[in-house]
Amino acid sequence: MKKGEKSFEEALLELEQIADKLSKGNIPLEDMMKLYEEGQELGKYCKKLLSAYDKKLETAEVKLNEG
Amino acid sequence: MFNNDYILSVTQLNEYVASMLKRDILLENIGVRGEISGLVKHSSGHVFFSLKDANALVRCTMFKQYADQIRYKLPLSDGMQVLVRGGAMIYVKDGQFRVNVRSIEREGSGAIFERFSELKKRLEARGLFDEAHKKALPYLPQCIGVITSPTGAALQDIINITRRRFPDMNICLCPVTVQGASAAGEIAEAIRFMNRKKRADVLIVGRGGGSIEDLWAFNEEIVAQAIYDSEIPIVSAVGHETDFSISDFTADMRAPTPSAAAELCVPLYDVLAEKLDRCQDSILASVQKTIELKDSCLDSIMSSAVLASPRNILESYKTRLDSGNKALASLIRGAADRARERLGSLTAGLEALSPLGVLERGYAVVKNEKGDYSSGVNALKVGEEANIIMNDGSVLVSVDEIRSGANEKR
Repeated sequence: MKKGEKSFEEALLELEQIADKLSKGNIPLEDMMKLYEEGQELGKYCKKLLSAYDKKLETAEVKLNEG
Repeated sequence: MFNNDYILSVTQLNEYVASMLKRDILLENIGVRGEISGLVKHSSGHVFFSLKDANALVRCTMFKQYADQIRYKLPLSDGMQVLVRGGAMIYVKDGQFRVNVRSIEREGSGAIFERFSELKKRLEARGLFDEAHKKALPYLPQCIGVITSPTGAALQDIINITRRRFPDMNICLCPVTVQGASAAGEIAEAIRFMNRKKRADVLIVGRGGGSIEDLWAFNEEIVAQAIYDSEIPIVSAVGHETDFSISDFTADMRAPTPSAAAELCVPLYDVLAEKLDRCQDSILASVQKTIELKDSCLDSIMSSAVLASPRNILESYKTRLDSGNKALASLIRGAADRARERLGSLTAGLEALSPLGVLERGYAVVKNEKGDYSSGVNALKVGEEANIIMNDGSVLVSVDEIRSGANEKR
C-alpha cells in the first residue's frame, strides 16, 4: 500500500463513524446524502483492500550480503 | 636426533618442550572441564587454582586482566564445576604445565541458565527489550513473513492457522536452520533480508519445541539485535509455552507457540467482512428511516389546516363573488324591466302621437313630387304631382289648382 493512501483500518473506522452519525439522526437531508455517498465510497474501498490477496506461498532464498 | 648422551641445560630443556607445545594449534585455545580446587586469589589480582577431575589435575593461572572480567559475574570457589578456556603451555621458568585461563563459565545444569540470565541482563541494560521501542502489528497485513525451518512442524502450523483465518492471505517463507552453529547468523540475516526486500509487513520468527541448547540460537545477541533493528514488526514464537528466549523479550510480541503467532498476525476475514456489511446495512437503514420520517413529516404538513385554508378562503371568495353576481344580475334585470316598462309607455305615447295613427282617424298626409312631406300647399306646385297618403293606401294626383288661405287654428 502506498504511503498517503488510507489503510483498511482507517477506512473502516471512518465508515463506522459515518454509520454512527447517521444512526443518531438529526442531520439535514443534504448532509445525510453526502455522508451516504462517502460511506458508499469507503465501503467499496474496504472491500477492494479485503479482496486484494493472491493466496501466495512463496519461498525467499536469502542471499548473504545482497544489496 | 637425541641419544641418551645428549646433554641440555635446564633452560634448553624447558624451552624445547615449551616450543613443542607452542607449535600445537589445538593447545592455543582449548576448553577444559573440571572442578576448582586450591583456589588462591592473589593480591596482585591474578588468580591461581587447580582444575581437577576424578583422575588428574592441572594447574591454572588466570591473570588479572581476565580475572577482573568475571570477578562480580562469577565469584569463584573451590568445588565449583567450571569450563575454562585458554591456552595450555609450559612455563620455561619452572617447567610447569599450566593452563592460562582467559575465560571461565559455570558448568553443569546451572551453567547454561547462568549464561542466559547474564545475556538477558546485559541486553536489557542496552535497551533491547524497551516497551517504547516495540511496534504495533498491522491491522490488515498484506503478507505474512515466516522465518523458520522449512521442514519443521512450526511452519505447517503457521500455514494451517493462516489459511483457516484468512484463506487468501499471502505468505513469504524465509527458510533458515534453527539450531546449531550457523543458525543464529542465518536467522539474523533472514530478518535483515526481509527488511531490505520489504516482502512482508509482519514477521513470525520461531521454531518448535526443544531443549534450551536446541533453542539457543534464539538467545544469541546477533538475533536479538536484528529483531530490535527490524522496521517490520516481529512476533517471536520459540519453542513451547514455557520456553522464554531473548528473542521473545526483544520482539514486538511474544507468542507461546507458532500457531498462536499466526493467530496474532492474521485477522479473521469473516469478522472484517461482517464489520463492513454491518456498517453498510446500518447506513442504508438510517438513510431509509430518515427519508420515511421526512416523507411522513411532509404529508402531515400538507394536510394541515395551514395549507388547506387557502382553499377555504378561495371558496369563501367564490361564494361572495357568486352572490355578488346574483345581486348584480337581479339589479340589472330590475332596471331592464323598468326600462322596458317606460319604453312601453313611451312607445304607447309615441304611437298615439304618431302621424300614422292620425291617418287611422281619417286624416291624410301629402307628399310633393320630390317626395317631401308637405305641411302646406306652399310645398306644392300646380301641374306637379302629389302623393296623398291615406290610412289604407296612397293616391297619386296632379295639382290642378291651389287655393291658399290658412285654416285658422281654433
